[in-house]
Formats: sequence, C-alpha cells, structure tokens
Amino acid sequence: MNPMNYVYLSAVLFSIGAAGVLLRRNAIVVFMCVELMLNACNLAFVTFSRMEGNLDGQVIAFFVMVVAAAEVVVGLAIIVTIVRTRRSASVDGANLLKY
Amino acid sequence: MSSTATVLAAATDTGTGEAVTFWVLGPLAVLAALGMLASKKAVHSALLLALTMLSLAVLYLAQDAPFLGVVQVVVYTGAVMMLFLFVLMLVGVDSADSLVETLRGQRVAAVLGAVGFGALLVFALGDAVVTNEGLDQANSEGNVEGLANLIFARYVFAFEVTSALLITAAIGAMVLAHRERHLPKITQRDLSVQRFRGGQYPAPLPSPGVYARHNAVDTPALLPDGTPADASVSRVLAARGDVRSIPEQASTTAIERAAPRREDDGS
Repeated sequence: MNPMNYVYLSAVLFSIGAAGVLLRRNAIVVFMCVELMLNACNLAFVTFSRMEGNLDGQVIAFFVMVVAAAEVVVGLAIIVTIVRTRRSASVDGANLLKY
Repeated sequence: MSSTATVLAAATDTGTGEAVTFWVLGPLAVLAALGMLASKKAVHSALLLALTMLSLAVLYLAQDAPFLGVVQVVVYTGAVMMLFLFVLMLVGVDSADSLVETLRGQRVAAVLGAVGFGALLVFALGDAVVTNEGLDQANSEGNVEGLANLIFARYVFAFEVTSALLITAAIGAMVLAHRERHLPKITQRDLSVQRFRGGQYPAPLPSPGVYARHNAVDTPALLPDGTPADASVSRVLAARGDVRSIPEQASTTAIERAAPRREDDGS
C-alpha cells in the first residue's frame, strides 16, 4: 500500500469537515466539523513525517492538538454565552450585527 | 519503465498488516464522518466524531507515532469530546437543527464546493512525489525521546508560547462562562421575612384526609365542623375535578350512625 493513501484519506476527511461547517446550523456541530478538519490535517502531518523520515511533522501535529484544545475551551465558552443570551445554539440566530 | 515503477512501488510499499489496518479503519473513519454530517441529533454527531478520532488514533499508531496516537485518545477522544458532550448536555440535548435555509441554494452550493475542493486536493496530491523513508532511524531512541529532543530543543520557544496560549484560553473560558450577580443573594432570613410580611398562610398546608377506606392525596381532610378543608388537596387535582367526595359520605354515614343513637336516647 502506498502511504499517499493516508493523505488521500486526510483530504477526504477535511472536505467532509468543510462541508459540515457550511451545511450544519447547530453551532456545536459546526465546531465539531472544525475539529474534524484539524484532525485531518494532523493525519497529513503524521504521514508526511513518516514519508520524510523525521519527526518534525509529529511535533507540528502535537502543537496542532494543543492549540485545538485551547480553541475548543474558548469556543465552547463562547457558545455557552450565546446560548445563555439567545436561548438557541443556531448560527442563524446570531445575526444582530447585520441590522 | 516498469522496472522503475516496481522499484518505486517497493520503496513506497508498506507492510500488509498496515494495509489491512488502513483499509478497515480508513473507510470506517470516512463513514463515521459522513454520519456525523448527516445525523440530526448533536449527540450522535459527537459520538460518531469520537469514532473517527479513535480510528485516526489507531492510524497514528500504525504510522510509528505511538505518542501522538495516545495523545489523540487522551486529549481528543477523552477531553475534547467529553467537553463537547458536557456543553451539549448544558445547552439541551434536544436542541434540533433548524432546517430553514437562510440563503437560497446554499446547501447545494456547499455540497458542490466541498466535493470540488476534495477532488482538487486529491488530484493535486496524485502528482506528488512519494518517498517513504520510514521513521526507523528517527525513532531509534524511541518515539517519545525523539519528540522530546525536538520539542525541548528546536521548538522550545513554540512550546513556551503554547503554555501562554493555554493559560489565556483557561482565563478566557472562565471570563466568558462567568455570570455577574446583579442582585444580592437571598438569604434564609430574607425568605422568612418575605413569608410572614406577605400576609398569606405561613405554616405548611394541611395534609389530605386519612379515612378507614380512603387514604390518598385526592381526599380532603375534614375540618372540625365536618366540612372538607379545600387547602388539603392539591389545586391541580381540584382544577381537574379529581377530588373525591369522601368527606361528604363520611359525614353522612357519621350522621346516619349518630341518628339511631339519638333515637335510642330519645326513647
């Protein structure tokens, strides 16, 4: 098996995550799709690391995980705040700046 | 030509075990991701995403990245997904997705865009020059030691910046989730004063009636004069008309019983 298959899998997962961000209305599910995209990038990093024969790709994947964890904490806190004020987790609801 | 192809294939070929792992877990990850996209309930989405993440963790393990595989399970599947579920429960599990399209044709355009983007990526990747050095040399001292040598030497500044980022994130989450108290807290003393100043009946309401043949919440108690005590039955039952008229029966039977005795007295 060619290790490029991992990169193809990563591309497919990234596209699915992007489609989810565009399609779903629930802010939490949109956030999950962003996480899926980050995971797909990590898979590509780990595969490139293996293909190139050094560990730098794995270090970058590790940093991506750390940043994603921080991002999830802040993002979910923002979602909780929005839900508390607007009583809905729908991304269509938060359009006050538009008017 | 074919010999160079075979040489290239041999150089980039992975073992059979890894191929089996990939062809089992790769489609599983894709199916779970599609399921996450399609499922109506957010909790199902979260669980399917956890499945995708677990498959990716095993794929990391298969690619000589044991540290990242374990971190994927601990951080993503363990911490991040549980945080997601926690917030889902906080927000309300049954908060359904609204199916109203705010932009017309956005759904079709999104699907087309995502498919086109994926095709672009895949076809671009098809031209990539593939090497497969393998991590045997880089992992010769062990994967964790190799990563530690990089993180604490070449990437030490990024690592320190990461710590600042994590602290900022923690404080930011606390600030965002904190709710300021606008009114002073109501103490037990305030509640007691409120109850007596309010003018209504301060004591607990009377309990329902207990009779020889009826002992339930829908039978009112009797006042000393033989009339039913309305306050002893729940207002909900009274509104539904479910209150039994046992006290009347009881009082009539009592009167019937008392009547012949009076007659006896009279004769």
